[in-house]
Amino acid sequence: MKFRTKLLTAVTFASLTIGSAFAADITGAGATFPYPIYAKWAEAYKAKTGNGMNYQSIGSGGGIKQIKAKTVDFGASDVPLKVEDLEKDGLMQFPAIMGGVVPVVNVEGIKAGDIKLTGDVLADIFLGKITKWNDPKLAALNKGVNLPDAAITVVHRSDGSGTTFIFTNYLMKVSKEWADRVGNNASVQWPAGTGGKGNEGVAAFVKQIKGSIGYVEYAYALQNKMAFTQMKNKDGQFVKPNIATFQAAAAGADWENAPGFYEIVTDEPGKKSWPITGASFILMHKVQADGAKAKEVLKFFDWAFKNGGKMAESLDYVPMPDKVVKIIDDAWKTQLKDASGKAIW
Amino acid sequence: MTAFDQPVQLEEGPVTAPSLPQTRIVMSKHLSDAQLKRQHWLDLLFRNTTLFFAFLVLALLAGILISLFVGAYPAIQAFGLKFLVSDSWNPVTEEFGALVPIVGTLVTSFIALLIGIPVSFGIALFLTELSPRWLKRPLGTAIELLAGIPSIIYGMWGLFVFAPVFADHVEPWLNDHVGPLPVIGGLFIGPPMGIGVLTAGIILSIMVIPFIASVMRDVFEIVPAVLKESAYGVGCTTWEVVWNIVLPYTKAGVIGGVMLGFGRALGETMAVTFVIGNAYELQKSLLMPGNSIASALANEFTEAVGDLYTSALIELGLILFVITFIVLALSKILLMQLRKSEGRQS
Repeated sequence: MKFRTKLLTAVTFASLTIGSAFAADITGAGATFPYPIYAKWAEAYKAKTGNGMNYQSIGSGGGIKQIKAKTVDFGASDVPLKVEDLEKDGLMQFPAIMGGVVPVVNVEGIKAGDIKLTGDVLADIFLGKITKWNDPKLAALNKGVNLPDAAITVVHRSDGSGTTFIFTNYLMKVSKEWADRVGNNASVQWPAGTGGKGNEGVAAFVKQIKGSIGYVEYAYALQNKMAFTQMKNKDGQFVKPNIATFQAAAAGADWENAPGFYEIVTDEPGKKSWPITGASFILMHKVQADGAKAKEVLKFFDWAFKNGGKMAESLDYVPMPDKVVKIIDDAWKTQLKDASGKAIW
Repeated sequence: MTAFDQPVQLEEGPVTAPSLPQTRIVMSKHLSDAQLKRQHWLDLLFRNTTLFFAFLVLALLAGILISLFVGAYPAIQAFGLKFLVSDSWNPVTEEFGALVPIVGTLVTSFIALLIGIPVSFGIALFLTELSPRWLKRPLGTAIELLAGIPSIIYGMWGLFVFAPVFADHVEPWLNDHVGPLPVIGGLFIGPPMGIGVLTAGIILSIMVIPFIASVMRDVFEIVPAVLKESAYGVGCTTWEVVWNIVLPYTKAGVIGGVMLGFGRALGETMAVTFVIGNAYELQKSLLMPGNSIASALANEFTEAVGDLYTSALIELGLILFVITFIVLALSKILLMQLRKSEGRQS
């Protein structure tokens, strides 16, 4: 009883002190890839404003279903929706965070950045056409590197994932055969190799299987000290994966002319662009029944874009470049309306 | 998860409950009519409550089956029976077939039993017939504890500890020595990766052993001492006693235990996902990666976008349901067959 009264006073007191900033908690659900950074932003945002953001990483498919059913304030997906799908359900989307996907190898004597690959060689490896590390195509790219006469084992994701979407999207852009035979999706019918569950599964397989090659998010390659490769980008330059090359790719992307932000930032032009980069998206209804709630969502992401960059980099994500944030801001102003048709932002 | 997770029923077993010594119930006083009536109502209430609980299980079972069927209907409509024999699993073009996961599920479970049954039999035999008294309790408890380990632990252990050792020491040996053999050789040739169908089967066997072994031990223990002692008395060896007396006496229970293990192996998700390799490709070799129904579901359900994709996954679940049902039915038929032949023998 005593405890209860105490609690009650505490709650009353708290609500009084917060005053106007009523607890406007927003909820979102979806992609697993950006979960760590959304959670970190939410924590910092709560500490600053008192408003919480609950994010459930149930997967992109679930996120899309939830926002269509309007059970959450925003959905999140690693895979952008096509413009016609957005129109059909009255949705709009914008990119919120980016990350890089890097090929990683386990070859005796090869360190991070030693091996150079081009897009079509990478595609041929994952198609099962290049099966030996000393294949002439690989040797031609890597003069002076001692590549062994060992079989290549391909490791891919076994679960559906945004990482796979970005990776296969890149392969599709650089290899016609990949586009014809396999295609681009969160999970595909792999022509070769074994599947590991999650980034950690792929990382574990690549570390254990000699002569293997896989692809993981950049953060996992760093944390597990894996031997990533260099990639030849669209401008013909060999680049190493790091925050600078990821951001160069994001800046090189033509967001202005991408209707509905349907832009997959793989194989972007730019001397320093890392070719396998991707963004994770936020989905919202264009017409909001509760305009105030929607504004809270926008406030959160606005704050995150302006203040969350350092946090994102500390988790090896890539914050959206300022140029892109401006375009997103414009989209908010023009596309999001409340029930009476008034712009929310 | 599956029907096998229910406690084993030994009702077919020849176990007869020892009849209780007759106690004389003396009615000290007559019960009044009102009391009788009340008790009658209470009896009825109790009976119906338990009946309700029992039927609740049936209703749940029916509900799950129906919802699986409804969920799978778009896929059933789109692919028909071809779903069962097609080895294509392509989310991009939305062409799905269940052959690879079905084969993977059955093969891994079969390997698990192939290893699990003899080992469990040995364990149960040692515990009931050969073990010194002081060792029985700790060993028995250890086996039961093994059953309590969460399956993800087995999966992680399989991936991080077992697979590297298997890849470095066992698989090269299999390639060199078993690979060249005729007929079965092809099953054991492949790159030594440490993961694949064989690894999944071995991990599963470790997981089913405690189930089978503890059931076997329990049923072995109920064999009347007088039967065994008579056999020993006429000069039987321990092996002869176990093979000719204990096993025939307990076969229903033993089969029940094996089926329990089989059920666990069929439906196991996490441990298999970690080590099976998750590739939709029909391979002859057991060293190559494959896939199982449960692990396909665990892998793909969260990010499955599109109605047909989700529906195909649900149909996989329905197939697993049907497989477990068939296995259960087969074991019942087997038991009935055994009992019939028993009648002929005597």
